[in-house]
Amino acid sequence: MSEAVIEEGTGELTGGVKRGGSAEARAVTRFGGMGDVVLKVLAWGTLLFLFLPIFVIIAFSFNDPAGKFNLKWQSFTFDNWADPFKYEQLNTAFLNSLEIALVSTLLSVVIGSFLAIALVRQRFLGRETLDTFLVLPLTVAEVVIGASLLTLFLDLGWNRGFWTIVLAHVAFQLSFVALTIRARVRGHDWTTEDAALDLGAGPVRTFTRVTLPLIFPGIVAAALLAFALSLDDFIITFFNAGSTLTYPLFVNAAVKNGLPPQVNVLATAILLGSLAVIGAGSLWARRRGDT
Amino acid sequence: MAGVAASGRRQRAWVPYAMIAPGVLYLVVFFAIPIYTLFKTSLSVNSGSRFVPTLEFSWQWSNYTEAFSSYQEQIARSFWYALIATLIMIVMAYPLAYVIAFRAGRLRNIMLGLVVLPFFVTFLVRTIAWKTILADDGWVVEMLGTIGLLPPEDRLLSTPWAVIGGLVYNFLPFMVLPIYVSLEKIDPRLLEASRDLYSTPARTFGKVILPMSLPGVLAGSLLTFIPASGDFINAEYLGSTRTRMIGNVIQDEFLRVKDYPVAAALSFVLMAIIIVVVIGYTRVLGTEDLV
Repeated sequence: MSEAVIEEGTGELTGGVKRGGSAEARAVTRFGGMGDVVLKVLAWGTLLFLFLPIFVIIAFSFNDPAGKFNLKWQSFTFDNWADPFKYEQLNTAFLNSLEIALVSTLLSVVIGSFLAIALVRQRFLGRETLDTFLVLPLTVAEVVIGASLLTLFLDLGWNRGFWTIVLAHVAFQLSFVALTIRARVRGHDWTTEDAALDLGAGPVRTFTRVTLPLIFPGIVAAALLAFALSLDDFIITFFNAGSTLTYPLFVNAAVKNGLPPQVNVLATAILLGSLAVIGAGSLWARRRGDT
Repeated sequence: MAGVAASGRRQRAWVPYAMIAPGVLYLVVFFAIPIYTLFKTSLSVNSGSRFVPTLEFSWQWSNYTEAFSSYQEQIARSFWYALIATLIMIVMAYPLAYVIAFRAGRLRNIMLGLVVLPFFVTFLVRTIAWKTILADDGWVVEMLGTIGLLPPEDRLLSTPWAVIGGLVYNFLPFMVLPIYVSLEKIDPRLLEASRDLYSTPARTFGKVILPMSLPGVLAGSLLTFIPASGDFINAEYLGSTRTRMIGNVIQDEFLRVKDYPVAAALSFVLMAIIIVVVIGYTRVLGTEDLV
């Protein structure tokens, strides 16, 4: 698997790179008048395809369904938004999802940061092997990861629930976190670290005052990615949840038993919340001057 | 690689090992050992009842022959669907990635953001939205019927094409981003040179841009083929009993039927086929910048 591309890809998901060729270089990428139009239509058409269900989800959060299933358009209403927490079970599931995402993100970011820093900054035996080992979980289908963890928990005789979900989430977040942080801290200027040591700062102080601030943007990006991965995970959670409900698990059960429009309200709220976090993050980054 | 650790650093040799220890330990316990317990389960025999399984390890290779003979249809279907979906994704993602990399101008970061934005709405909820869009009484079926592309009484939902379309939709961003990254990495001076040497845009594309973006296409294909072949959500929500994939069987055998040994054997078959595909693919297209 092309590791470099995955890393830049994950970096891209949460970062955004500024580069661009000269006007002359770009001119040769333009295919005559019609060709260029066709290309742009294709590109925006694909983006529209990606957004079609999103529009439907937002629209159906304002639907007043006739029965238990919010699958067919009836009439417009604000009721669902006025009462987003109408279903006790959905609230519990949603809170579970947030708690699991928070705890697993904290764990995976702490463990993953040390992995990433060691990989970039240290020399040790078996570094290449560790590199490959980190990419391996990304090449295994999710259903296999979920099933394999299930066999482990069965073997150990553990009851499945909140904590087995957290453990499973950290297992797949770890690679993403370590690779994202590593991609963002590669190529940093580390001479300030030497300077701190030369000026008599101890290794611990150098780490907290110099190393940590340098890699902090990478850590934030990785944490956002890990949080989003956990919040959205269905397949691995499904195998290891026992009777604990998360938001995606609730939705899966609801497809058979009755799908309230509040599911759409919460989905839209997550989207708006993420947009706000990303907006605030990029404003903050621009202020610090390191977009 | 950022490579060499800080010169003249007064540091003890155990420090890097202490930094990687928690992460390595975690991946061993919750990734490597589960794969081992999955393997052990796949060669076990159930000596208990269906409801309270008691597994005994006994080199039961017949679990594999049973998995193959009972589910070869689903196994073959999974890889066909994943292959077709991957090819469609290349065709859809390439123009979009091309426009973002070369022709988006100031819209570049916004377009990149739009590619990943759908991720912030729960995967299951988006798939349910497709169920609404493709419904028998929905506007897509009506429109296709009106212009004569879909014979009356024909449906979109519950067909193989709905499942393949769902796979394309869900994994498309994982194809767009690596292709974009590889296009964006092309040195603008190469494009200028080809222009200075009187190359037409079509020739520049064929001789410079396309070959240089192949690593991105390769990475994107793996990043989408692997999850697509193991997916069971799209087949369950958008398909019928005649579109069941290997993921559906694994999930069903593990969580409903509780035939753990055969389910584990199937998981291993899935993993093994993916590994063979990945190795074959990288052999054919070269192993440059692959792990």
